[in-house]
Amino acid sequence: MTENTLLKIENLKQYFPIKGGFLGRTVNHVKAVDDISFTIGKGETVSVVGESGCGKSTTGRAILRLDEPTEGKVEFEGRDVLGMNAREMRKMRSEMQIIFQDPYASLNPRKTVRQTLNEAMEIQNVVPKKERNARIIELMETVGLQKHQIDRFPHEFSGGQRQRVGIARALSVNPKLIICDEAVSALDVSIQAQVLNLLKRLQREMGLTYLFIAHDLGVVRHISDRIIVMYLGKIVEMGETKSIFENPQHPYTKALLSAIPVPNPKKKSERIFLRGDVPSPIDPPTGCRFHTRCPFATDKCRDEVPVLEEKDEIYKDKHSVACHYALDIQQGKHKPKYNMTDVRRNLDDEGTDNKSQEKQLENA
Amino acid sequence: MSENILDIKDLRTSFFVEGSEVRAVDGVTFQVPEGKTLGIVGESGSGKSITALSILQLIERPGEIVGGSINFKGEELTEAKNARMRDIRGNEISMIFQEPMTSLNPVYTIGQQLRESYKIHQGLGKKEGTKRAIEMLELVGIPSPAKRVDQYPYELSGGMRQRVMIAMALACRPELLIADEPTTALDVTIQAQILELIKELQNDIGMSVIMITHDLGVVAETCDYVAVMYCGKVVEYADVETLFENPRHPYTVGLLNSLPRHDVDQDELIPIKGSVPAPDEMPTGCRFAPRCPHASDICSKLPELETQEDGNDVRCWIYTEEWDGEKGVAVYDREHTT
Repeated sequence: MTENTLLKIENLKQYFPIKGGFLGRTVNHVKAVDDISFTIGKGETVSVVGESGCGKSTTGRAILRLDEPTEGKVEFEGRDVLGMNAREMRKMRSEMQIIFQDPYASLNPRKTVRQTLNEAMEIQNVVPKKERNARIIELMETVGLQKHQIDRFPHEFSGGQRQRVGIARALSVNPKLIICDEAVSALDVSIQAQVLNLLKRLQREMGLTYLFIAHDLGVVRHISDRIIVMYLGKIVEMGETKSIFENPQHPYTKALLSAIPVPNPKKKSERIFLRGDVPSPIDPPTGCRFHTRCPFATDKCRDEVPVLEEKDEIYKDKHSVACHYALDIQQGKHKPKYNMTDVRRNLDDEGTDNKSQEKQLENA
Repeated sequence: MSENILDIKDLRTSFFVEGSEVRAVDGVTFQVPEGKTLGIVGESGSGKSITALSILQLIERPGEIVGGSINFKGEELTEAKNARMRDIRGNEISMIFQEPMTSLNPVYTIGQQLRESYKIHQGLGKKEGTKRAIEMLELVGIPSPAKRVDQYPYELSGGMRQRVMIAMALACRPELLIADEPTTALDVTIQAQILELIKELQNDIGMSVIMITHDLGVVAETCDYVAVMYCGKVVEYADVETLFENPRHPYTVGLLNSLPRHDVDQDELIPIKGSVPAPDEMPTGCRFAPRCPHASDICSKLPELETQEDGNDVRCWIYTEEWDGEKGVAVYDREHTT
């Protein structure tokens, strides 16, 4: 572990039990996060991306122990977070804060800005009582709210302003790490840009570290230093932002990037269509979890779980990928099994391709 | 230039709440050329969805269409009788909504809901209707359609439900499809499937599309023409290439400058300052003036939507003789995005 590491996650697992049957016993588990490891350096912005249900929000919540992780290790500045008792954990939370997606739901509608911010400072006791008012005004100015709005209720603010209140609340306890869980997703672009610029400025001024959870890859490219791509509870690819966008190596990352509409009518991107939907995390596919939708999948992908590792020498220490064939695909040695640009192809419910299976059978 | 299938002039839809009038749609003018896709972009509250509902005459009290004309293939829809509108809806003009779960009826099977359309508009019976429903589900790429036709909406995923919505909207092969944020609730990989599907079906059937969205990426990929709306008004109407290459209205420029891009590197986003004015604080002049970096004295008067040399329209004083601000002001700085 280097000096510079702020947060270290090791083999984190989060399984949610499914109760069922006559006696309400646990019949199965939703494997929301299944054995992931990564680190975040001080002052860095790391983004976790992926589609709904890939486990990105669960990861954020597990780090803060908002949901108790099933297994694994979370270290913050070398301290073991999961081993802390309730009192230690409360103190810990002044160093790790979270901003939620929905500013409507995450602020108490019956508390004014003053009360909301005051409560946070009181619980953590970071500022002496006498100085709290001045600090609240300072915080409001920092996030771009006006002093005279201090006694307003959440409903008196617009969506962007409410998100600023959420940011002020997170900042009020002087955290080192802020987890932004889809913090700008609900905002219109013009307001979203304001909030993104604010987050960047705060990072410069206060040396904050962000774990940014988002599905909008435009936002992610703009704000992150490094990116973690998740699929069905696993990390499939992790690397520096530039490297991920310019040289994606996992077939899923490629498909994800190619799927984003480009705001330039002259640039038509070559699109890779994924078949069907994300499988259920209750009984995730064996081997590589992406094999059911991957045009490159082989028997090996069905049987062996790929390890997240640095495949490409050029990108050593910068970019790792969990795919058996990442290098072969890149060098053109391993070809896709079917045309990836036809959207109306028929699939069966497992997401496998009827036609290609039939063809395979014929060939055999 | 091709014929316009839909021609809207100065459409006004207001809501009368607690004695005051909220002008949700306040003088909207645009055309949809036949076989083409028109995008309507704007942020929340700009009146995009109300415009769509107005076209189908689906505005309910306390809302009311208070003026303007909606011309569909030569027929004036604002004067159409209810019976005629029922005949048009779902048959000649169809609509897809944002949230497929709330727009599908949870207590009927997919097949029952699809058959309804065939029964009402084409008088088909149960057997024939089911056959057509299965064909339609297959057309939109739903796996095992014969099995799916007897399932309920809750048994399908979000992407599947949106496909069912599309199947339903296209059941009677409409001439105009209105898609109101059809992919906003979906993940990008599913969004890509749905947008491509709409495009392919459009080519097959030869229909025109109105694509309502807030995503400029979706606009660039799917639309031929674009109407940019702000506070109930169209501020710019242009073909898609001009809109992205040479945007004229400061609001359009503001939208492009505040968009985080995944395809290029940017140093800093340039946001639009402030926020959309509340309905009771609506400026009487140019609605965008309080947030506009170029605003001048004349902007306290309302500009008209005026046609420019290249045939595109813009509602801004900068492009008129009367402009009293800085001459030749650079509204769009292309350097920023390239």
